[in-house]
Amino acid sequence: MTEELKIRVLVAKPGLDGHDRGVKVVARSLRDAGMEVIYTGLRQTPEMIAEAALQEDVDIVGLSILSGAHMVLFPRIMEQLRQRDLDDVLVFAGGIIPDEDVPRLKEIGIQNVYGPGTDTRDIVADIRRALGRAGT
Amino acid sequence: MTVKELAAGVLAGDRRAMARAISTVENRRPGARDLLATLYPHTGRAQVVGVTGSAGSGKSTLVNRLALELRRRGHTVGIVAVDPTSPFSGGAILGDRIRMRDLAGDPGIFIRSMATRGALGGLSAATADAVVVLDAAGLDRVIIETVGIGQDEVDVARAAHTTLVLQVPGLGDDVQALKAGVLEIADVFVVNKADCDGADQLAAQLQIMLNLNGPRAGFGDGWRPPIVPTVATRGDGVPALVDAIVAHWAYLRDSDQMRVQARAHAERLLTEALAREATARLLQAARDRGQWESLVKQVAARQVDPYTAVSRVLAAGP
Repeated sequence: MTEELKIRVLVAKPGLDGHDRGVKVVARSLRDAGMEVIYTGLRQTPEMIAEAALQEDVDIVGLSILSGAHMVLFPRIMEQLRQRDLDDVLVFAGGIIPDEDVPRLKEIGIQNVYGPGTDTRDIVADIRRALGRAGT
Repeated sequence: MTVKELAAGVLAGDRRAMARAISTVENRRPGARDLLATLYPHTGRAQVVGVTGSAGSGKSTLVNRLALELRRRGHTVGIVAVDPTSPFSGGAILGDRIRMRDLAGDPGIFIRSMATRGALGGLSAATADAVVVLDAAGLDRVIIETVGIGQDEVDVARAAHTTLVLQVPGLGDDVQALKAGVLEIADVFVVNKADCDGADQLAAQLQIMLNLNGPRAGFGDGWRPPIVPTVATRGDGVPALVDAIVAHWAYLRDSDQMRVQARAHAERLLTEALAREATARLLQAARDRGQWESLVKQVAARQVDPYTAVSRVLAAGP
């Protein structure tokens, strides 16, 4: 059997955001970079996100949020991931997140936070670097 | 986690172990073979239900409803949902879970999304192996959702006990119903979007097609595929559909068909595994001795035809 490695990413929209254009653009970019991207749709609870991450055995969880509830929801998501022993899953975040919140989010284990105008190639490069894999 | 621990976790129904095990077999990681060898004797208990139909026909939405109804009747459910891999980047968007949000948080349900990774028959190469994991974990029913298909992707019928073919109104005339391929593999026909114009005509056309059918080659004539109208978004017709799935399972078990089908599936699995393994070994060996590169050049230059080149690889052996 020849080993076939793919980076698997769950992109999720926690909370009550009304649209998901941004996350779809990111999902598409990751797809075009050769990754397998699982998208679960709008209005996901922290439990739903963590459980999907577990069942799909992803390397990365990408959280997109526009509503301003990140300081409440992200810690809960991190806690749900921890409860399922998913400490090795890397979490990235994006959306509308004020700069002053970023240090606190990094403290709870979020790798990086991307705002509007981010070049999607940077996200791809960061994911590959964080996983230590050059390939797809 | 060692392979032994992973296998023990799967057999105990541990969800993390199940997820890891599917990745192991899908990525053909070291240990994948031992893992499958350990799990395989514990399989064969789950009814495997294939769901296939064209893109947008409502497969994911229907699977969501099917799983809810099966849970209501006390069954546990595994779902393997396949979506296409990009032929250019090798990446994929796996979006079937979007329609299955009603299933989140139910410990009796396990959903896994898979990309086709280049396979063309509607499934991925490792779909059957993922089903082995879910079956070994003790789930009662395993649903395989194929990629959106056209007329000719029939792999699911060789991986499932019971194959549902979704049809929706508005896609063609009655000549479509005469054609070979997907329509021949249905154990149950689902006319989804049955609230739309043309649904009754579609059901009638399928009925006429079925009236013309003799017994399926190699299969018994004790089963006549029912045609079940559904509106998956609302759940209409879903209890009747589950009744049909249960009835087909009873038919397989009470007749000789289970044995006939198991033999056909085993032969196919074996053929595919042999093709994969033999190809990989021969290719590696030919590369190692430099023969491969030289043959590729000769075929490209039209000095040697592909069949002669292959016979040289085979003659040199693995």
